[in-house]
Amino acid sequence: MFAFIIRRLLQAVVVMLVVAMIAFYLFQFVGDPVSIMLGQDATDADRVRLTAELGLDQPVVLQFYHFVINAVQGDFGISLRQGQNVSTLLLERMPATFELSIAAALIALLVGLPLGVYTALRRQSSLSNAILAFSLLGVSLPTFLIGILLILVFSVQLGWLPSYGRGDVVKIGWWSTGLLTVDGWKHLILPAITLSLFQLTLVLRLVRSEMLEVLRTDYIKFARARGLTNRAIHFGHALKNTLVPVITITGLQLGGIIAFAIVTETVFQWPGMGLLFIQAVQFVDIPVMAAYLCMIALIFVVINLIVDLLYFAVDPRLRSSVGRGGH
Amino acid sequence: MMEALKHFWQSDLAWSWRHSTVAVISTFIFVLMMVAAFGAPLIAPHNPFDLATINLLDALKPPAWNSEGQAIFPLGTDSQGRDLLSAMMYGTRVSLMIGMASVALSMLVGIVLGLVAGYAGGRIDAFIMRVADVQLSFPAILIALLIDGVARAVVPRELHEHIAIPVLVGAIALAGWPQYARTVRGSTLVEKNREYVQAARVIGISSPVIMFRHVLPNVMGPVLVLATVHLATAIITEATLSFLGVGVPPTEPSLGTLIRIGNDFLFSGEWWITIFPGLALVLLVLSVNLLGDWLRDALNPRLS
Repeated sequence: MFAFIIRRLLQAVVVMLVVAMIAFYLFQFVGDPVSIMLGQDATDADRVRLTAELGLDQPVVLQFYHFVINAVQGDFGISLRQGQNVSTLLLERMPATFELSIAAALIALLVGLPLGVYTALRRQSSLSNAILAFSLLGVSLPTFLIGILLILVFSVQLGWLPSYGRGDVVKIGWWSTGLLTVDGWKHLILPAITLSLFQLTLVLRLVRSEMLEVLRTDYIKFARARGLTNRAIHFGHALKNTLVPVITITGLQLGGIIAFAIVTETVFQWPGMGLLFIQAVQFVDIPVMAAYLCMIALIFVVINLIVDLLYFAVDPRLRSSVGRGGH
Repeated sequence: MMEALKHFWQSDLAWSWRHSTVAVISTFIFVLMMVAAFGAPLIAPHNPFDLATINLLDALKPPAWNSEGQAIFPLGTDSQGRDLLSAMMYGTRVSLMIGMASVALSMLVGIVLGLVAGYAGGRIDAFIMRVADVQLSFPAILIALLIDGVARAVVPRELHEHIAIPVLVGAIALAGWPQYARTVRGSTLVEKNREYVQAARVIGISSPVIMFRHVLPNVMGPVLVLATVHLATAIITEATLSFLGVGVPPTEPSLGTLIRIGNDFLFSGEWWITIFPGLALVLLVLSVNLLGDWLRDALNPRLS
């Protein structure tokens, strides 16, 4: 158990260091900062002084060390395009992405779970087949196209919902929320649905297959023999045993939602971190790219670590296999 | 030649194909789109890249069945007066070529690493599979986006347009290799202990030859199924990156680029510039996905 945790932690640290190295390497392509900062009529003495001040005369390893120390403290320098502190920029954008992702995750779970249960219980009904066909379409439709179609129908043709931005936001400390105004909710609907559809089909298919698996087991047959009601069997026994893998996978998918938020945010011009990152890539704004890269890697590493540890706590079989040295 | 064709027609695979309506229809759609895409220079009604034939006065014409449309532009025109149908045919070609190239490259990297990992075992195996595990925990689109972004930062701005497509292929390919490596490694572990491998070893054939001449053909089944499904994913990834404006440059538009361009006209009522390329993309991806589903059921390989 202890060795397993240590090994996972070490792996997480290695991944973060590799990502930090890529981010650090990116900065080598911004150009020579000394000549940019000094201008044309600087003397050699000026150059030497500034180089030393910036720490550029030190060995690369030491420079990397300083970069990591700064990064851990959230200091990635200044955005080349917007002239603002990168960490401030990211923090400003974080609430938008966070609210959108949580809303999408909730929709995926709250709609996907019942649909999955229904298609598993009523396997032959035509509604089930329709839902499954729809889910195949959901996998084949790229996220950005879903967003465009929703905008076309609900914003352009029907004019019901706004298609652009976050609407009115309320500031609570540094956190800006769109959840306290009607306008904010209206703006959230279309992006949240767009972002949730892919995960929704995933949850649906997963719940369905897990549920079918569980319904075949002996203890369900035994429960039927005991004369329990269908309701008790399906929801008390079958669904409960389905939930562990579903929760784990959904947890893992949270990272996927944050990644796909980049696409949704671009379609709806949602002012989140993903939009910031895409603009940074287009304008080669390296500090922002580096910071986003490190942050998203951190989110993923932490999520994976938590899921791994949870699995370990929930599933006793894993513990014995680790004891034997396997994976 | 005829004999071989006849033999193939009577094989199990062909039988299962003939008896699956879905497979026949998706094959038909896929082949039709391939012909339209790769035959574009010959059969497209216009050449969207020939500036001499483009007239700005033709810009934003609706599809032909609309009262303002013209018969020579069956699906209407875009903001620069290019025929949308022709642009879509050329665009599908770009999308398909990038998708196929990335799948091929992904397969190559994945198969080699998977074979080596499975056959060599030990530390090499542990290392390759650890890297694959870590990479698989990130979504492919994110990996592709990051590689693409890094390449943009590294390469001088003037060269962006020239290297955009190779970079895109590389990014999508690098994002996809772990799947192949895992599948190939799994099958290799099984094949490694078969008698024919031991026999080959006994008569002194070198490891690389055993791996690539003898083991490889026996692990290709699942790889082909994976490749079909991956083609759909690769096309979607390319379209998404192009839509985000970090993929194919507008000078050589893919379906994703066309959708991105059309997106600007959504609010002024010119819906066809977005919807038709979008429809083409969905048809392409859906037919490939359905074919992949059918192939998996038909071959029923041991997919992990």
